[in-house]
Amino acid sequence: MLGTSVVILVSFAYLGLLFAIAYYADQRADAGRSVIASPYIYSLSLAVYATAWTFYGSVGRAADNGVGFLPIYIGPTLMIALWWVVMRKIVRISKQNRITSLADFIASRYGKSALLGGMVTVIAVVGILPYISLQLKAVSSSFTTVLQYPEIAAPAALHVSLPQDTALYVALILAAFTILFGTRHLDAAEHHEGMVAAIAFESVVKLVAFLAVGAWVTWGLYNGFGDIFERTAADAQLKPMLTPFGGVGGDYSSWIWLTILSMLAIMFLPRQFQVTVIENKDEKHLRKAIWLFPLYMLAINVFVLPIAFGGLLHFPRGTADADAFVLTLPMSQKQELLALVVFIGGLSAATGMVIVETIALSTMVCNDLVMPVLLRLRGLGLNQRKDLTGLLLGIRRGAIVLILLLGYVYFKIAGEAYALVATGLISFAAVAQFAPAALGGIFWKGATRRGALAGLAAGFGVWFYTLLLPAFARSQWLPAGLLEHGPFGIEFLKPLALFGVSGLDQLTHAMIWSMVANIGAYVGVSLLHAPSAEEHRQASLFVDVFTWPGEARFWRGTASSPSLFNLLARFVGLKAASEAFRDYARAHGVERPEADADLVHFVEKQLAGVLGAASAHIMVASVVKEEALTLEEVRTMLDEASQIVVYSHRLEQKSQELERASQELREANARLTELDRMKDEFVSTVSHELRTPLTSIRSFTEILHDNPQLSLAERERFLGIVIKETERLTRLIGQVLDVSRLESGRVEWHESLIDMREVIEDTAASTSQLFRERNVRLERNLPSRVPKVRADLDRIVQVVVNLLSNAVKFIEPERGRVEIAVAEDHGFLRVDVRDNGPGISAEHQEIIFHKFRQAGDPLTGKPQGSGLGLYISRRIIEHSGGRIWVSSRLGDGACFSFTLPLAG
Amino acid sequence: MAGSDVRGQRLAALCLLGLTLFSYPVLAVFNVPETVAGIPLLYAYFFVAWGSLIALMALVAERPD
Repeated sequence: MLGTSVVILVSFAYLGLLFAIAYYADQRADAGRSVIASPYIYSLSLAVYATAWTFYGSVGRAADNGVGFLPIYIGPTLMIALWWVVMRKIVRISKQNRITSLADFIASRYGKSALLGGMVTVIAVVGILPYISLQLKAVSSSFTTVLQYPEIAAPAALHVSLPQDTALYVALILAAFTILFGTRHLDAAEHHEGMVAAIAFESVVKLVAFLAVGAWVTWGLYNGFGDIFERTAADAQLKPMLTPFGGVGGDYSSWIWLTILSMLAIMFLPRQFQVTVIENKDEKHLRKAIWLFPLYMLAINVFVLPIAFGGLLHFPRGTADADAFVLTLPMSQKQELLALVVFIGGLSAATGMVIVETIALSTMVCNDLVMPVLLRLRGLGLNQRKDLTGLLLGIRRGAIVLILLLGYVYFKIAGEAYALVATGLISFAAVAQFAPAALGGIFWKGATRRGALAGLAAGFGVWFYTLLLPAFARSQWLPAGLLEHGPFGIEFLKPLALFGVSGLDQLTHAMIWSMVANIGAYVGVSLLHAPSAEEHRQASLFVDVFTWPGEARFWRGTASSPSLFNLLARFVGLKAASEAFRDYARAHGVERPEADADLVHFVEKQLAGVLGAASAHIMVASVVKEEALTLEEVRTMLDEASQIVVYSHRLEQKSQELERASQELREANARLTELDRMKDEFVSTVSHELRTPLTSIRSFTEILHDNPQLSLAERERFLGIVIKETERLTRLIGQVLDVSRLESGRVEWHESLIDMREVIEDTAASTSQLFRERNVRLERNLPSRVPKVRADLDRIVQVVVNLLSNAVKFIEPERGRVEIAVAEDHGFLRVDVRDNGPGISAEHQEIIFHKFRQAGDPLTGKPQGSGLGLYISRRIIEHSGGRIWVSSRLGDGACFSFTLPLAG
Repeated sequence: MAGSDVRGQRLAALCLLGLTLFSYPVLAVFNVPETVAGIPLLYAYFFVAWGSLIALMALVAERPD
């Protein structure tokens, strides 16, 4: 089953399937129905991070030192927690500036510097070569291993001569495949939807394959995790693996450096930048990716240790390469299908990395290295060529082949000296050099182009000297004496113990020195020189991306619309250029676009999507006459723009304040209108109430006046009525005065300690006449001792009198009975006045406490009071901190109660 | 923006928490020859702590604004 033809056939079938997926996704994208616009596909595409390194190398690393494989995945998990702050900003900047690659990003930040872009490209290409060679090595050796079946080949047996060198064929096939994949056509937005779809699929394949072999080793070959670890602990040689720190696993400082290195790699590996930033469809996808991608990394690592220890236990020492355990374990047990699945999983891990990495690198090589040079060479006449899209594609295809061949060369030179992971870490350390310039660039406006150049050069130099040279030296391509005695015998400069610092592992040593050199030069040189106008402008665009008011343009000069159109057409093709101009005209509501700053900016942005910012800038400059802006002018423009933001912010605040104020005014006005209405009502009610007794006084005095012959008895009766009505009038006026004083707050309150018993006794005495007149019995139900309350004595007497006289007034004479009781009630003193009168219906129980409102229909029933007594009582009780209410049922008497807080 | 700002800060705090969990001296506490359910303590710790951290990140990231 594992014969050569089968393996090759399955491999090509798999690559064909990938191509089909990519083709389908591209078709869907062209039809406007993207398949990759999903946070899940986005997260899976990020998993291109897991390469052959993860698939084969992690087990090798774990077999070597236990925990050493973990920081490569824990570091990114920690970094991703910062993505919401950092990566969201980078994505936003890149979308606004149509960034096409990491080199473009850094060049664009530092004033669209072509030199910086070229430098980043060179570092990226050289730095990534070990990483690509790792993939070639993994694929070719897994291929060779599978073909040895049923033999398990020892590592040394894999050396072959060039014609049979599978690594070379693998490199060439992958190059052809990548060209088909990534450079079929030129996308102005530099989006590769098909590639992303295929990568997401590959992420599923490699995860499933790894989990399959992991589960088989754990539960098929052994009896679960516990069994494997138990046997490991029982093996004297393997036992130290279980507590690796300070022993086989190195010390804690190298662990920390590996974590930091991986944190930077997840952001600045060209392929990660490609899938995370350039291929990002929607900023919101980051939200899911923030936990889904770490979850993926966790899942693909669960079985690494069981496979590593399982392999070490299974094979006699030195007979099998730990990097190949994933494959050789199933092979040793004749699990042919599983071995094939693993082989395909490894292939998917490696191809995914190679495809995205070379596409990202080829874009950089084309846009930031080759094109700026070609465009400057006027002798080539590129400025006259009609259509340059073919040239661009040609450059990219050439770059892909070149990069893969260079990867192959590195593999031949240094690939055998290190295990997979150690090889990959050299690349990690290289891309970590981008971190100061890129991260500093989005948070620190003072960073300059010279600072970035100096930092990158210094960091890369140290990396080259302390990591790459030793790799060559170890493979005998350079004299080994370089490592032992230093260059020209200068021990002080030994690449592995620079300036005499020894005792660190190679990677920690290189990271410390390169970061010191990089950050030091970056910060130091940045502070030495002021930024140019262009740098200052770009710095503001990058650092303030979230607060910037739309798009800012800084351009002054003259241009012509046709020349701009022709320029765009040369690079994106006639059709795409016409479309772009049509969209632009429609968006601006004009027939033909005018050649103003807007259009120049638009064209430059479109070009940047194909050429990168630096080249686009050069090209646009070639067809328009730009007046150079001084730093002062750019500063002024920036200040103006930020002033506008501040002003509009303030304006917004002011208008909000105004709205609040006018809302308050409206409410106040409504209150006033209501008060006015109430006052009118009050005056008219009072007049009405006053007129009733006045009318009756007047009519009776008139009768007395006009009829002198009236009998004495009748006169006395009439005069009695007049006196009663006068009393009523006096009482009414007194109450109206009370109300007006209470409402205006002009009442003087004379608070003192009151004994409610005394109050009730006195009141009962003073109202006894009333009770006698109507023959109503008053029952007092008073405890012998009543706690004192603090209130105004006269006012409280007024309340009690009011309640008692109300009770008498509404009660049926002869049968009537009024009971007054006092009791303590939760910190209050409560007074109840209960009668057996007609009662008050529920609907009236609240109304009677309002001004001029009485129970009973005012139209039919003659009002028996002013309608102010209860209102005044309520004001008094509430002012004294108590409550007054009535509980009653119609026909069943009423009970008026009030409470007063106990003194103390 | 206020909501996302808080989210950014919470996630950054989780990053710091992770850095603490996966460095000296916390790791030294678990670098001992003990086992939990047959699994060496250090490795059990790594995966449990890592998984919990991811769960927290999911909670913070997916919390509605």
